[in-house]
Amino acid sequence: MTEPLIRPRRKDPLKKTREPLLPQGVRSRTAHGLTAAAAEGRFALQVCAGCGLAIYPPRDACPRCLSSRLPFQDVPPGGTLLAETTIRTSTDVYFRERTPWRIGTVVLDCGPSFVAHLHGDVAEGTRVRLSLRLDKSGNAVAIAMPEQSSQHQGDDVQLREFTCDPKFRRVLITDGRTAIGQAMARAMAGAGASIVFVGIADAWKPFPGETALRTIPGAEVVSLDITDSQSVADVAGEIAHRVDILINTAEHPRAGGIMHRHGLTIAHREMDIRYFGLLRLAQYFGPTMRARGADGVNAAAAFVNLLSVHALMNWPQYGAFSAAEAACLSAAQALRAELRGGGVKVLNMFAGPLDTEWFQTVPPPKLSPAALANATVDALRKGIEDSYVGDIAQDIKARLDVQPKALERELGQ
Amino acid sequence: MTTALTAFAVALATGRIRVIDLTHTLTPGFPTIVMPPELGQCAPFRMEEISRYDERGPAWYWNNFTMGEHTGTHFDAPIHWVTGKELPNNAVDTIPPEHFLAPACTIDCAAESAADADFVLTIPFVQAWEAKHGRIPSQSWVLLRTDWHKLPPRQYVNLSDDGPHSPGPAPDAVKFLVEERDVHGFGTETIGTDAGQAAHFTPPYPAHHYMHGRGRYGLQCLANLDQLPPTGTLLLTAPLKIRQGSGSPLRVLALVETKP
Repeated sequence: MTEPLIRPRRKDPLKKTREPLLPQGVRSRTAHGLTAAAAEGRFALQVCAGCGLAIYPPRDACPRCLSSRLPFQDVPPGGTLLAETTIRTSTDVYFRERTPWRIGTVVLDCGPSFVAHLHGDVAEGTRVRLSLRLDKSGNAVAIAMPEQSSQHQGDDVQLREFTCDPKFRRVLITDGRTAIGQAMARAMAGAGASIVFVGIADAWKPFPGETALRTIPGAEVVSLDITDSQSVADVAGEIAHRVDILINTAEHPRAGGIMHRHGLTIAHREMDIRYFGLLRLAQYFGPTMRARGADGVNAAAAFVNLLSVHALMNWPQYGAFSAAEAACLSAAQALRAELRGGGVKVLNMFAGPLDTEWFQTVPPPKLSPAALANATVDALRKGIEDSYVGDIAQDIKARLDVQPKALERELGQ
Repeated sequence: MTTALTAFAVALATGRIRVIDLTHTLTPGFPTIVMPPELGQCAPFRMEEISRYDERGPAWYWNNFTMGEHTGTHFDAPIHWVTGKELPNNAVDTIPPEHFLAPACTIDCAAESAADADFVLTIPFVQAWEAKHGRIPSQSWVLLRTDWHKLPPRQYVNLSDDGPHSPGPAPDAVKFLVEERDVHGFGTETIGTDAGQAAHFTPPYPAHHYMHGRGRYGLQCLANLDQLPPTGTLLLTAPLKIRQGSGSPLRVLALVETKP
């Protein structure tokens, strides 16, 4: 069984911080089908449309019937670990400093065999569940997991290379004034975060839940206004080197489209809180996080954006809001590329309307802030980078994948 | 020959006249007035560096800043309120420049405000002040000293679940000051010229309603009113010349004579 992780000691200030290295990161265009599945936490392989053969590694033609129609689709992840070996040294600089490292051969029930990373709890000859994960270079790799989950399974040292588990990490929640900010602080504390910094802007304005927020174990309230560059710079100066997971909970959902809104004041505010806020966080926290991507048990791990699923396709009823969310999605993609060199992930949590006052007139289903917070914990534990939470987000994503133009018309009715 | 202005310059140079800054520093953290969240909001002060002797501009430091017309220590023009919208010369760019220099009376309500955050200035209170310091002269500012400028932001705005609580004038007192005393304008240390609870007065926001309806001015978020004498202050209050501006952040300077 996995030994539970030990809370990391305070860092020796005389020691050089280990610089982030990445495992080999080149994949073919076809092989990024695996990346796409891993990014969402799915287990998918190419399955030949001609003869039904499940295929690995990714190919451009079916090795059995030569068909070129090889779409990726979800397949059962069960298999058997045939053989294992332990790597004790390597010429690869990334693995060289992470040995000993176990790998093994897994034969899947659906056919193909893999050379996979091994979770510490799997043993030769036993049943395993193969899982696609994103490694530090952002590419899909396979790890053989035990069939049954156990209490400290997430603490496995090899698995933690692929995940962003909040356990013993220090989290910054950028806005704790809102229901989602407070739910997120609770969820992160519950997931074992050692410190939960919670940003509060305009501390002179009282807000619901203020007293309860301060009683969350490990919560430290910091004065942070992400619409104020100086405030972000000041807070980053104090704590950026202690932020392992940054969760931007600042939101500004306002109804209204593009044409009928009177003037730009609301749009300015939307862009300032959402898009420019993200830029400020990226500029002041990003470089330090990137530099700390391999800094031990509580290395910097993830930058989390809470996005409306309407970032993917505009919802004219909340048209200007959707446009601001789309800007954030685009910025998150750039940030993802910029943080990748440090092995730090950008996690986008896509959600439909939350069950809050700003979506009061929107009919259910609406997502509770706690559900979004719990889904964020889950996504960090899996190390994925795109999560679609709740019925609306999953529905929009599914319709987008099938027929974007139809979705555009449907949302505009 | 000694002209009035050279005498003035000499008095300034010799310290006979002292200049007191009644202005808060513009900072991002200074509260702006809070409106219900579905209404339009006044932008707080924000500053972005253009360059600071760096690759964006090697030898120079400068900033862009953004804010609302009613952010920080600021001036209200009559056009700010619906009651003053049709008046001539009612915006900051068209107000006659001589209106930016005027004497001021300071009514001390610090003790009353400390005892009751909802203190309202009444006609009897004004009359009691006049009994002591003389009648408020025509075309004079009336400044409400509450020592509110000394409070930290939370107590300064003092929001409760029934709105903000801060001192201000009663409707009939404002009407009295405008109609019976012909004042130049009304100035406060609080976030607005009206009391925190003035939305519930009749008329709502009487300092705005009556002052601006009669072409008078407002000053708010003033500091250091505790350094002013009850009478004998000259105020310099020139707002930015914004076309059709409803108000403007400004530097408010008070000139007071020191005792010989």
